[in-house]
Amino acid sequence: MNDTLHSHEAPIEHPGYGTFIGVWLLLLLLTGCLVGLSHVSQTYAVWGLMTLTPLKAGLVFYYFMHLKYEGPVFKVVVLVTLGTLLIFFALLFSDVAFR
Amino acid sequence: MSGHVHRDDLGSRLGMWLFLVTEMVLFGGLFIGYSYMRYRYPAEFHHGGMELNATLGVINTLVLLTSSLTVVLSIVAVQRGEKQRAMALLGTTLGLGLTFLVIKGFEWSAKFHHGLYPNSAHLATLPPGEQVFFGLYFTMTGLHGVHVIAGLSVLSVMLWWVATDRIRQDRYIHLENSGLYWHLVDVIWIFLLPLFYLAA
Repeated sequence: MNDTLHSHEAPIEHPGYGTFIGVWLLLLLLTGCLVGLSHVSQTYAVWGLMTLTPLKAGLVFYYFMHLKYEGPVFKVVVLVTLGTLLIFFALLFSDVAFR
Repeated sequence: MSGHVHRDDLGSRLGMWLFLVTEMVLFGGLFIGYSYMRYRYPAEFHHGGMELNATLGVINTLVLLTSSLTVVLSIVAVQRGEKQRAMALLGTTLGLGLTFLVIKGFEWSAKFHHGLYPNSAHLATLPPGEQVFFGLYFTMTGLHGVHVIAGLSVLSVMLWWVATDRIRQDRYIHLENSGLYWHLVDVIWIFLLPLFYLAA
C-alpha cells in the first residue's frame, strides 16, 4: 500500500498570527504573576510553581507546539510520558515519606 | 512508480514527538532529583537561590518566550507563502537565542568569579545542601544551554532552507519539527526559572 499522509491532502485550518500573539501575551502575564507571587512569601512561590508553571508549559504545548490541532495519538503520547514521570515522582516521595 | 514524491508529514511529526518525550524524561528525572534534594535541604536551597540573579533569570524567560513566538509565527508565514517575513522571524529567533546564551554566559562568569563552579575549592567549603544546589544548577542549566545551542544550529539550517526554497508553502515539515524542538527548550526553561531563580 502506497498510502502516505500528505499535510495538504486533508487541508486543515491553520491558526493565524493573532492566536499565537495572544498566547504569548498570556504567557508574559503568567510570568509576571509567578514573579509577583515569589515576592509575597515562600508558600505563595511554591503555589505559583505548582499551578502557574504547568499552566504556562501547557499553553506552549497546546498552542505553540500545535498539540491542539493534532490527533489523539499525539496527546496520548505526551500524557503517557507525563503520567510516567508523575508515577516516578509519587514512588520516590512515598518511599521518602516512610523513612 | 510514478514521479510522485511520497511524504508522511504526520509520521514525521509523530517521530519528532517521540524524540521529544525522551527529552522530557531526561529532564523529568533531573526535576525529580531536584525535588527530593530540595525536600531534604530546604534551607540550603533557599540560600543557594539567593545567590542567583533572579532579574537575569526573568529576562532570559522573556527572551525565550518571545523566541518561541517568533518561531511559531515563522511557520504561519511559510504557510502563507510570506518568505521574507518567515526569514525575518527566524532571524529574530536566532538573535533571541544568542541573547539568551550571552546573558547565561554573563551569569555563569559571575558565578565562576565568585569561586562557584563544579569541583571548585570554594564550593567544597559550603554545606552539603548548597553543594547539591549548585551541582544541580550547573548540570540542569548547562544541559539546557547545550539544547539551546543545538536548537540554534538546527534553526540556522532552517533559515538557510527557507532562503533557498527547500522549505516553502507546500513543504515545511522540517521547520515544524525544528520549531517543536525549540518550544521544548522553552518549556524546560519555564520550569527552571521558578526552581532555581525564584526558589529564594
